[in-house]
Amino acid sequence: MSIKTEEMVLNMGPQHPSTHGVFRLKLHVNGETITKAEPVMGYLHRGSEKLAENFIYTQFIPYTDRLDYLNAMTNNYIYCAGVEKLLDWEIPERAEYLRVITMELNRIASHLVWWGTYLLDIGALSPFLYAFRDRDICLDRLNEISGARMTFNYMRIGGVKWDAPDGWIEKVKESVKELRENIAEYDRLVTGNEIFRARTIGVGKLTKDQVINWGLSGPIARGSGVNVDLRKTEPYSIYDRFDFDVPTREEGDVFARYKVRIAEMHESLKIIEQACEQIPSEGDIIHKKGARIMMIKPPAGEAYTRAEASKGEIGVYVVSNAKTKPYRVKLRRPSFVNVSILQDMLVGENIQNLVAIFGSLDVVLGEVDA
Amino acid sequence: MMDLIWIILYAVILLGALLGAVTYAILFERKVIGYMQVRPGPNRHGPWGLLQTIADVMKLLMKEDIIPTAADKKVFILAPVIAFVPSFAIFATIAWSENIYGADLNIGVLYFIGISSITTLGVLMGGWSSNNKYSLLGAIRGVAQVISYEIPLVLSIIGVVILVGSLNFRDIVFYQQEIGMWLIIPQFLAFIVYMISAIAELNRSPFDLPEAESELVSGYHTEFSGFRFAFFMLAEYVYAIAISALATTLFLGGWLGPAFLPGIVWFLLKMCLFMFFWFWLRATLPRARVDHLMGFGWKVLIPLALLNIVITAIIKVWMG
Amino acid sequence: MSQEVLDLVVEKVHGFLGEEVLAFEEPEPPAEEPEEEEKPARRKKPEPKVEKPADLNFGRPMIILDSKKWTLELAKMFRDDEELQFDFLSCVTGVDYEEHMEVIYNFYSTTKDHYLYVKVKTPRDNPSVVSVEPLWKAADYMERETYDLFGIDFPGHWNLRRILLQDDWEGHPLRKDYITDKKALGLD
Repeated sequence: MSIKTEEMVLNMGPQHPSTHGVFRLKLHVNGETITKAEPVMGYLHRGSEKLAENFIYTQFIPYTDRLDYLNAMTNNYIYCAGVEKLLDWEIPERAEYLRVITMELNRIASHLVWWGTYLLDIGALSPFLYAFRDRDICLDRLNEISGARMTFNYMRIGGVKWDAPDGWIEKVKESVKELRENIAEYDRLVTGNEIFRARTIGVGKLTKDQVINWGLSGPIARGSGVNVDLRKTEPYSIYDRFDFDVPTREEGDVFARYKVRIAEMHESLKIIEQACEQIPSEGDIIHKKGARIMMIKPPAGEAYTRAEASKGEIGVYVVSNAKTKPYRVKLRRPSFVNVSILQDMLVGENIQNLVAIFGSLDVVLGEVDA
Repeated sequence: MMDLIWIILYAVILLGALLGAVTYAILFERKVIGYMQVRPGPNRHGPWGLLQTIADVMKLLMKEDIIPTAADKKVFILAPVIAFVPSFAIFATIAWSENIYGADLNIGVLYFIGISSITTLGVLMGGWSSNNKYSLLGAIRGVAQVISYEIPLVLSIIGVVILVGSLNFRDIVFYQQEIGMWLIIPQFLAFIVYMISAIAELNRSPFDLPEAESELVSGYHTEFSGFRFAFFMLAEYVYAIAISALATTLFLGGWLGPAFLPGIVWFLLKMCLFMFFWFWLRATLPRARVDHLMGFGWKVLIPLALLNIVITAIIKVWMG
Repeated sequence: MSQEVLDLVVEKVHGFLGEEVLAFEEPEPPAEEPEEEEKPARRKKPEPKVEKPADLNFGRPMIILDSKKWTLELAKMFRDDEELQFDFLSCVTGVDYEEHMEVIYNFYSTTKDHYLYVKVKTPRDNPSVVSVEPLWKAADYMERETYDLFGIDFPGHWNLRRILLQDDWEGHPLRKDYITDKKALGLD
């Protein structure tokens, strides 16, 4: 005798503790096993790309902060770099170093938030608070240089807005030491935990082909053995001057992504340390024209620029028609592309694995919905 | 007549004491976890946050009573009561010290286990009646988990019962006094099994699947608010106190201890130790997965508990 | 490096289509302008950019195709050809030029480490570009987004629905002729 069972449609989100914002998953579940998953998004859509067409070039910079609000520096950077490519401007040395230091500090902050919230998703309470305590070290440094804790609006087309205050570089060096110790300690605290390993090893496997075909990037790709880090493979800014590794792992499961992110934080610390050593003590922080002109008019043309954000490949496609406003700005948001794998990946998993898998993608909804 | 008055008096005092104990157990938990997470914990209401939980309880009691439209009203109202009553009823048999105890039942352990199982029914009713998918999933998880882990829990106690030869709580303590050591030493395996299955029984972290916040919002009591929610909460903590009282009696020699403190103080101190242990786990461990949890219960804990019974029985026969 | 990739791509595309769609005839250089006094630079009008169907764009190879020529088989050739191997679809986007629309695919090869922009031109009325979603799953969401914001149809896409805007939204906001209903948005 067979018992008649019914599939249940479970609406996970838009308001749910582990969807990290307003993301909705329409799940068809059989018991707790997912038979079909349909992501629904757009709850946070603000029309950033439409807005960009109505602003002059410089005015759009603060809007990029709001995309991936955990990693706003790289968003700032990519937009400015996209316009600079059209303008063909040389960026002053000191500005490049300040950009790298702030971007890497921000990457660590972003990964720390991920680390904390991911473990909260898995069910461990304390790491969340530890992670936020250390993230504050990063944010304090960024606050001192940019005047904001999350939406920095620090980069300008042609350079950066503010020079580092007195003694800031020394402070960063100290913070690096502190962060290095703390991150290593957290690694020891969590990574060996038997329950944590049981929850993550072998869960949410992605093969190399899958990763490439679905266009996934960042730590997800590197966790599956795709050795693409734009800082290394296509060095932008001044990343070719630093000595750092690109951590990759072959397993492709949630645990591999976790390990990649932990290792990446250490690599970022290395970059910051080197940048703090190399940075010229004096010099311009913004291109001469960039400092003077508000109404930038790049020559007609179009360019796609990409960079490595903490979530993956961030890109900007700027089309200029030699006017003061951009003709079109397309933002390639890594989270938006990364989240598309969910519909394929979740089938056959149970709800607990869903949380572990979704968390491991490190999605920020501000970025998904643009 | 005099007996009846005594019984009612004992029950009333116990209820009052328990409510107070739960209030401060919650504060204790929040403080302990707070310090483990490098933050001060509640510290706004009263010195050292002593009035925090009282304020919380007041808030819960004064809240609007919400029953979802689609809920099954009768069952919805009954569920918190069914969950709470048994958790209180099991205290009848606990022997706090040599002279302070409720019913001196010969089948104390059996009564304790039997009555406490009813709480599961409350969980199932609550989850089912609120007509919420998350609640339903939480309730199903809860029932599956509690039923599976009750088996190793009971089996681990059987070792103690075989050794002592009685189901009476006081006899168990007297036995430990007689042999001059706590049963945790001869029954160490049983103690381990008991501690793990107790956590699952209590739905506490790392086995808090029925109310896993990050997955099921709040599990079976998602739709409950106000004093109905308070009842579930109360049941949970009272049950935690009961389980630690049972552990104290079975494995840590109940009220036994050096004579400079009265027996009941020793009993309460040992209980606090267990409670602290659970809070400690909550601050440390991530949540286990359903299938791992079930597998662990059936494949590891039950065989271990059975092994313990066999060993105990052999020792008992061999010793005469 | 990029020039070589461009030449290779042009050769492959021509071989595949059997016609030289990417060939470009240099326009006659304008007759020598009479020597004039140097004008201040800002008064000079920017020269209209002559679009070449195959060119380097900031050092990256770029080809421009008509949507009639852009087929799934051609895309498959880009992906599977031994020498090209564009296996990573980095970005899909649309641009609305007043006279036509374009869909831009940015390809990258993780094995060969080279890039390609493919710009597919499509008329403004009933814009339609063959979907590459069956080949690169990455196109799934990005084509949906392009459809949502530009109204470009992608035949062959398995699930072409609005993604960012709500299902009953009228119009496609990133088209240049889209009129923002300021009253409805509370801006006026």
